[in-house]
Amino acid sequence: MVTGVVVTGIGVVAPNGLGVEDYWRATLAGRSGISRLTRFDPGGHRASLAGQVGGFDAEARLPGRLLPQTDVSTRFALVAAELALADSGVDVASTCEYDLGVITSNALGGFEFTHREFRKLWTEGPASVSVYESFAWFYAVNTGQISIRHGLRGPGRVLVGEQAGGLDAIGTARRAVRRGTPVVVTGGVDSALDPWGWAAQLAGGRVSGSDDPGRAYLPFDVAASGYVPGEGGAILVLEDAGAAAARGATAYGEVAGYAATFDPAPGSDRERALRRAVERVLPDAGTAPVEVDVVFADAVALPGPDAAEAAAIRAVFGERGVPVTAPKALTGRLYAGGGPLDTAAALLSIRDGVVPAVPAGVEVPPDYGIDLVVGAPRREPVSCALVLARGKGGFNAAVVVRRAAGRTRVGARVGNGAETRAEARVEEER
Amino acid sequence: MSDVTMEDLMRVLAEAAGDVETADVAAADVPDTSFEDLGYDSLALIETAARLKRDFGVVLSDDDVVELSTPRSLLELVNRPG
Repeated sequence: MVTGVVVTGIGVVAPNGLGVEDYWRATLAGRSGISRLTRFDPGGHRASLAGQVGGFDAEARLPGRLLPQTDVSTRFALVAAELALADSGVDVASTCEYDLGVITSNALGGFEFTHREFRKLWTEGPASVSVYESFAWFYAVNTGQISIRHGLRGPGRVLVGEQAGGLDAIGTARRAVRRGTPVVVTGGVDSALDPWGWAAQLAGGRVSGSDDPGRAYLPFDVAASGYVPGEGGAILVLEDAGAAAARGATAYGEVAGYAATFDPAPGSDRERALRRAVERVLPDAGTAPVEVDVVFADAVALPGPDAAEAAAIRAVFGERGVPVTAPKALTGRLYAGGGPLDTAAALLSIRDGVVPAVPAGVEVPPDYGIDLVVGAPRREPVSCALVLARGKGGFNAAVVVRRAAGRTRVGARVGNGAETRAEARVEEER
Repeated sequence: MSDVTMEDLMRVLAEAAGDVETADVAAADVPDTSFEDLGYDSLALIETAARLKRDFGVVLSDDDVVELSTPRSLLELVNRPG
């Protein structure tokens, strides 16, 4: 009997790729989506680089009815959800609508849309403010719009946990499936690259001020000086493994474990709680540290947080005890989108037997004691991956994904770690 | 004040809430097709009313507008004397 919760569909809208295979090819090839902001002139700000989603034609990808009522972040979420559902093969039309849930995360809301409406409020008066501002701004809107568009009337929830919230959504979706909802659409997407959203992100104080796209965001580097913000994320389709197997679906892998912890108050001498999240997620997954093949790190790229994350990994896995990577070095940090996109990358690592790398040139301080994959992807079998995320304000979340029993996606093997073939083939395990 | 035409009204509706979803509705039938079948919900009508006020000076109450069922009934309300 097949039990557990599996991922059967992935939809990606990322700065370095639209769609799961585009994103994965770019990630393995080391192609970055980080560049100088083009949405507005960032010259007056202390940071000018962002991971921007390019080539996204909302009018071509979404019904005209949805355009006046959606922020760019919701447009990304709707397209990612559509891609994920199509990838999963779930027949939404013939499934009971209450058996289909939506649980997503969002950290920033609809900044660009709201910025435009605020401008109208102050220049033209309240009568000119769009009625759609009533919901276009807020964190629940992506869950709501995905639910309405596809007719998904099962559990509908939203989690907000800054950069950690996307993993919280996946963990909550896993619980919803375990409690009896056969299919849950989950993940997270964010975007706030208008001048107001940008100012708000910079106010957080951890953003790199570098104007060199290749050197601005260097996780775990000796000269790490902050992160580059990005936009986009990933939506995943989670299913009961038995139900997925019964309909002949192929799974990318199992969401085997989830844990969340909260940091002690600022100024406390108690250790921050990331290590505790790792120590809790492994038993939740029924996995020993030695069985974890790779860690997808949170990777803030500041000396304090990087050293703390390295210490947490070292404490559980030992000195250089497990490969560590951070493909977000090529996209920037995506807020609610970051954890789900890393989870997608982890599942693709399992599928293709390859661990993506952080860009060449990253130099890890020896006392971090971590085995960071730098410069070129590492070809090795991956059966189990740990994904970590931390949100400003004290949030920590961890997800374990591993190869699923039964029918799983198996990609063409990767030659020299440079490219992977787009088509996945199905292979019966055992 | 000059009358608002059906063409004006449909343009304002499209600006407010997106184009009519007319895959299975002939263009000539649109004015008498229900807002629901055209894909416009109550928010779309409230947004349309706000734009009619801005563009044509027509003052409509939200309560009246959301009770309407078709573009023609909205046009009649807009062009009502007095």
